[in-house]
Amino acid sequence: MSSKTPDVRALIVVPAWNEQLTVGDTVREIRAATPDLPVLVVSDGSTDRTAHVAREAGAMVLELPFNLGVGGAMRAGFRYAVRHGYTAAVQVDADGQHDPNEVPRLLEKLDEADIVIGARFSDGTDDYKVRGPRKWAMVVLSKVLSTLAKTKLTDATSGFKVTGGRALPVFAEHYPVEYLGDTVESLVIALRAGCRVAQVPSRMRPRRGGTPSHRPIKSAIYLFRAGFALVLALIRRWDVSPLVEPVPVRAPIKEGISSD
Amino acid sequence: MTSTYLVALVGSVIILAGIVELLRRRQLAEKYSVLWLVVGILLLVFTAFPGLLTSLSAALGVAVPTNLMFFVGILFLVGVVLHLSWEVSRLENETRKLAEDLAILQLEVSQQKRENVAE
Repeated sequence: MSSKTPDVRALIVVPAWNEQLTVGDTVREIRAATPDLPVLVVSDGSTDRTAHVAREAGAMVLELPFNLGVGGAMRAGFRYAVRHGYTAAVQVDADGQHDPNEVPRLLEKLDEADIVIGARFSDGTDDYKVRGPRKWAMVVLSKVLSTLAKTKLTDATSGFKVTGGRALPVFAEHYPVEYLGDTVESLVIALRAGCRVAQVPSRMRPRRGGTPSHRPIKSAIYLFRAGFALVLALIRRWDVSPLVEPVPVRAPIKEGISSD
Repeated sequence: MTSTYLVALVGSVIILAGIVELLRRRQLAEKYSVLWLVVGILLLVFTAFPGLLTSLSAALGVAVPTNLMFFVGILFLVGVVLHLSWEVSRLENETRKLAEDLAILQLEVSQQKRENVAE
């Protein structure tokens, strides 16, 4: 990471909503895996001790006053990154699904793409199983987005991704905040703004806490909403071009990690 | 007939007075004020002169005058609701941006404080 791409200043963004049980371990694991990258936990209107636990674990914490959803939390992270002169933001989920040891591999790929997705299903070594309508939705989404991106994307809904290059300022301004917007719509916006998308195979681990949504009715609703989100993303107008590089606000504050 | 006429008239006057009062107390944004004033006045006019509706629907070729009233009324309400949905979406977007920036500023202030203490 720092040896291969010295021009990338990366920030790890962890969106967390009431994840006090898992966020501490996740932050500690990230800091152990990538000691030179600052970690920013975005507590998305949490009503538990998420922010406190994250701070104790050595992360910087953005506390949103109320719940904005993953999209809003990530946009806050992107805005912070742009303001403070970072050139890349890595999204890592707080529930421990994403292995922070894979972050350097994702960052390396940043020299050929603006967005790098850590994707499941790209090889057979995955324990993470998805079935039924949810699987069909993922297959259709992958097909459409792969066509748009002109590259193979097997897991468009993965939350594990690096946003850098031209995509970061675009996302700081236009990151979609609606349901599934943070995965499907954001890719469409990025592609329309002329960003390149690539994927790196990645293993998802079982979550530390929380329940995965695999019930059939929920999956059917997911299928519908995913399709709707995709159609909406494709027909919507986005004023993303001409791309104006926002001048990062030179905050007079040095980055600090609380436990240092 | 006269009693229903009276009730409708009083109702219309109350609605118009309510609109004016909301405007007077600055509870209604200016951009809506003209719209609601026109609605209130039209309501009063058509209640005061019921024959107006009958002749208007005859002129437009609507057989039953109340149907004209319902049609225009529903169309108007759909328009208002759509406008309000749009307004709420816009407000939500603005609130989101404010919330995000508030969180960022809070973090920056606390970092600044820590730095001041360290110095």
